[in-house]
Amino acid sequence: MGEAIVITSGKGGVGKTTTSANIGTALALQGKRVCLVDTDIGLRNLDVVMGLENRIIYDLVDVVNERCKIHQALVKDKRFDDLLYLLPAAQTSDKTAVQPEQMKKLVDELKQEYDYIIIDCPAGIEQGYKNAVAGADKAIVVTTPEVSAVRDADRIIGLLEKEEGVEPPRLVINRIRNHMMENGDMLDVDEITTHLSIDLIGIVADDDEVIKASNHGEPIALNPNSKASIAYRNIARRILGESVPLQVLEEKQKGVFSKIKKFFGVK
Amino acid sequence: MKKTQNVLIKGTKDGLTLHLDDQCSYTELKRELNDKLSESSRLNEESPLITVKVKIGNRYLTDEQKEELHEFVRQKKNLVIDSIESNVLTKSEAERMKAEKEIVSVAKIVRSGQVLEVPGDLLLIGDVNPGGTVVAGGNIFVMGSLKGIAHAGAGGNTNAIISASEMMPTQLRISHHINRSPDIKEDVEKKDMECAYIDQNDQIVIDRLQVLIHLRPNLTTLEGGS
Ligand SMILES: Nc1ncnc2c1ncn2[C@@H]1O[C@H](COP(=O)(O)OP(=O)(O)OP(=O)(O)O)[C@@H](O)[C@H]1O
Ligand SMILES: [Mg+2]
Repeated sequence: MGEAIVITSGKGGVGKTTTSANIGTALALQGKRVCLVDTDIGLRNLDVVMGLENRIIYDLVDVVNERCKIHQALVKDKRFDDLLYLLPAAQTSDKTAVQPEQMKKLVDELKQEYDYIIIDCPAGIEQGYKNAVAGADKAIVVTTPEVSAVRDADRIIGLLEKEEGVEPPRLVINRIRNHMMENGDMLDVDEITTHLSIDLIGIVADDDEVIKASNHGEPIALNPNSKASIAYRNIARRILGESVPLQVLEEKQKGVFSKIKKFFGVK
Repeated sequence: MKKTQNVLIKGTKDGLTLHLDDQCSYTELKRELNDKLSESSRLNEESPLITVKVKIGNRYLTDEQKEELHEFVRQKKNLVIDSIESNVLTKSEAERMKAEKEIVSVAKIVRSGQVLEVPGDLLLIGDVNPGGTVVAGGNIFVMGSLKGIAHAGAGGNTNAIISASEMMPTQLRISHHINRSPDIKEDVEKKDMECAYIDQNDQIVIDRLQVLIHLRPNLTTLEGGS
């Protein structure tokens, strides 16, 4: 049986949808059967980022209201041979059209068929969030290196810790700008991870290619040459249990090493 | 028939004390108190108010009865009740007192939007993140960083203290006093554990932890220690 991972953040616009699309794509590239579920009812865009919008016939609300069977609503990604599917959100209803119990039932059903169910959560902590986490076994919290995003991530982590059946969340820090971190104009990776005290599962650079790719409906993870693509592929490998070192390793090591030196009183 | 006295008035160097017997009924007590206070009315209307302590032995009075007693004495004489002392406590009072004395330890990160509240002292093994709040009837000891709000002595205890390994609070409250963090944070080196307390000027101040040894000797609960 597969596992369901919810991608959430609290704050809007930090990259949940981008992360969902790319983790899903990267897992499919590893040969896993993946179903992406867009729970952002009323503001769906996972389909757009995946370039699958024009093939939507039914949506999530149709499924939970039994207007169609699950497999009728699933949109197949033709770039993969029967590995990657999307269950789109409804564009016309609102978040109250679905209840958490219905979501749980749906996700449990999908887990029979797929290795990974990646659930794209809407921003906020209301009904949409509750629906998104209802069926999840694991959670990934996305933040950017900004104080307000980190604050909301902290809030969400607090809520996730109360969810029974959801493992302790792991963190993705998205849109890192190296020069700003180095100058101390942005919170650095260590600061954020210590502050939130959860495990880091990946860091993704701020990369124009991500935006370009999304606009073309081609998740960046499909392009093996970009830095962000490697970051998403690494996250997928970590989800699969591999231990992959962080990309900006040099910097991190320097930090840790200088701390150790201080500890031993070496100059 | 000569009855034993249920009400005794004694003058001490600290003022008057009313001893009320704890064996008779409450109604009987009130009747006798009424007689006693009326007969010994040597004081006139203009004389100043005299405070009395009331000792009720092993009798338990409800809040309403206490209130009644206050009223009763006040009407009779130029007397006001300063305190009512009883040897007995209700179970709930005893439990509350115990809880307020107890130190509760919690291992967690108090995150944004969360409130952690204990009746007594709080020992937090973890951090209080910005937007998170810890509240204690007594003292607060944070083993990690305090970056959110801490409210010690929430029931009114101005002697309560707050300490943290890393003191970077958004706001500190002790009893009814509030102290918010300076708007401009100077980038200081990580300091040792610090504490916050209310000083003689009724201000919340932050200082080295060690000052508490002299300022708050009551923090030591070790008995017979040298
Ligand atoms: N690593 C990145 N580098 C550059 N741009 C990025 C990156 N990640 C996300 N973006 C851009 O940021 C914008 C918001 O991303 P996205 O839609 O994934 O966020 P979201 O958290 O799903 O937003 P919402 O809360 O509205 O659902 C998009 O334009 C996206 O292309
Ligand atoms: Mg989104």
